[in-house]
Amino acid sequence: MRNKKPSVAVYKFSSCDGCQLSILNMEDELLDLAEAIDIAYFLEATRAQKPGPYDIALVEGSVTTPHEIERIKEVRAQAKTVIALGTCATAGGVQALRNFANVEDFANVVYPHPEYLHYLETSTPISEHIPVDLELWGCPVNKKQVLEIIVALLNNRKPNIPPYSVCLECKQRVTVCVLVDKGIPCLGPATQAGCNAICPVMGRGCYGCFGPARETNTSSLITILKKLERQPGETARLFRGISGYAPLFQEAADSILEDKVTK
Amino acid sequence: MKSINVPALARVEGEGGLYIGLENGKAVEIRLDIYEPPRFFEGFLKNRFLQEVPDITARICGICPVAYQMSSVYALENALGVKVTPEVRALRRLMYCGEYIESHALHIYMLQAPDLLGKESALELAAVAPEVVKSALRLKKIGNDLLKTIGGRSVHPVNACVGGFYSWPDVAQMRALLPDLEWGLGAALDCVRWAVTLPYPDLEIDYDFVALHHPDEYAVIEGDVWSSNGRKLSTADYEQGYLEKHIKHSNALHGYTVDGNTYLVGPLARLNLNHEQLLPLARKSMEEANIKLPLKNPYKSLIARAVELVQAYEEAILLVNDYNPKGPSCIELKLKAGEGTSATEAPRGLLYHRYRIDENGLVQSAKITPPTAQNLPRIEADLFELAPKIITMPEAEATLTAEHLVRAYDPCISCATHFLKLKVDER
Repeated sequence: MRNKKPSVAVYKFSSCDGCQLSILNMEDELLDLAEAIDIAYFLEATRAQKPGPYDIALVEGSVTTPHEIERIKEVRAQAKTVIALGTCATAGGVQALRNFANVEDFANVVYPHPEYLHYLETSTPISEHIPVDLELWGCPVNKKQVLEIIVALLNNRKPNIPPYSVCLECKQRVTVCVLVDKGIPCLGPATQAGCNAICPVMGRGCYGCFGPARETNTSSLITILKKLERQPGETARLFRGISGYAPLFQEAADSILEDKVTK
Repeated sequence: MKSINVPALARVEGEGGLYIGLENGKAVEIRLDIYEPPRFFEGFLKNRFLQEVPDITARICGICPVAYQMSSVYALENALGVKVTPEVRALRRLMYCGEYIESHALHIYMLQAPDLLGKESALELAAVAPEVVKSALRLKKIGNDLLKTIGGRSVHPVNACVGGFYSWPDVAQMRALLPDLEWGLGAALDCVRWAVTLPYPDLEIDYDFVALHHPDEYAVIEGDVWSSNGRKLSTADYEQGYLEKHIKHSNALHGYTVDGNTYLVGPLARLNLNHEQLLPLARKSMEEANIKLPLKNPYKSLIARAVELVQAYEEAILLVNDYNPKGPSCIELKLKAGEGTSATEAPRGLLYHRYRIDENGLVQSAKITPPTAQNLPRIEADLFELAPKIITMPEAEATLTAEHLVRAYDPCISCATHFLKLKVDER
């Protein structure tokens, strides 16, 4: 038995704040959670800051600046357990689309004085910079899964995060398969569960925001998706989206684009 | 006072720093440093198919994803020259109600109120006023539930598309929200009564208020761009009245009028310009609480948010009662090359989008002007006006008063490009 509440720090790197917000969106559990843990550092929620070291660090966002490379090392030095929270932290996020382009071109599009900016050529997941103890995918993360991870850590057990694909959640919700029945391109078979199959339930295809599921057969999915394309290049763009820098999706998009070149 | 140093400003959305330079007891330089890293959205929107855009632009902001996805959807529809059905329009308004509710409840109770009540956070407030915080959380949750019912989830909902929605939300699930919405309307009315009793710092500023205006409704999803100085522009002409500059200390662009002046967007601007379009209960809540317009105190934007919370609940109830989906949820699109603009009112203020697309529906260029970028020069100007007052205060109080001012703006620094650092230097 612990006699001290575990301390938790929440950090933001390059991101939209949506995953931190998923913690504040635990309206029914937030006050109880604040009883069970010591929220030692969480800038979006409180001015009060307690010095480290901390038991748990929840990290939102990806690494996109030289300063963030230094900051993430400090986070690792201060925390026993580091959890990467959300698709930015686990795969670089939507801003990792720069990794497939010349980022200077992007800067020139947005900013009149790109020379004022300090940024890296790439947006990279936390695990490329420090050892990460646990990764939770999702754009945004599912708040129930965040709670599951914290409760599991408090009880010294393994968190129950399903490793299967969106397809299984779709079946659990008795949704008609959008891919098979309606011919709508869907990344569900290759994407990790956790969102509760909200896109197929809405009658649209999954766009992969929870990242790749384990043991998926992307090459056969690509064959099917290519037959269903509604615009040229759709399949490659589907893989090269919110989780586009995740290795499995990266390879999938590359294989399609290379194929096009050789043909 | 030699120097004040706040390593990171809390309870804002994003990372920024604040520098105040003093000379002989006067502020000579004030800078809001934005070091939120740039994410280059306009860059990687290029060559995406138009229907992928709302899923990407939602990721600009976790607190106001609806405003970002919907503004892009409207601009792209304008580029194609299509108009959505009244049913789709009504459901879009309802989604904004959900976003205003969750965003305003978050800001009023969890981000700004702790400053007015001498607390570090809403969690600390919960220890002394548990009922206030529980009510706040429920108020916020109902907004999120509404978004979830329409969009599948509250952060980055997935149902909006160019032309309408992927599917109509279930009527029974929508109606089931009514008891909570009715409770929320009552709690929002209480919020206005409570908001006017809070101890706001004195500061009155002659702002040039800028907001969308619509003759028949409290403008949120469409309207002309009006200003309290009398400028009236159509959304398509927005860039003729307003421009952005790139300032050296900032990863966010700064918005000015074409004459080089600062202006203010957000709840104060909306309420001052559009109070006549408020729904009856929202208007009545102002009369009962004796709220006199124009409100010119930036700290009192909390009061404007509270009135808008009533408005959002009141409107949501009307729209949920009227919800009766007919016809296709999404109109058919015929692709053609074109350019389209749109402006909507995000909870933090006016948000402008412009896109150019080619004949295949691929984005050729994108321009996004977020509310916080437009307000940044105004926040700096306010801090100048505040400076003579805070110089005489004890250091901790001075820091808090300046931080509070920035927070009252509900800045979304990750939208505008996050760490706010307050540093006061005596020269």
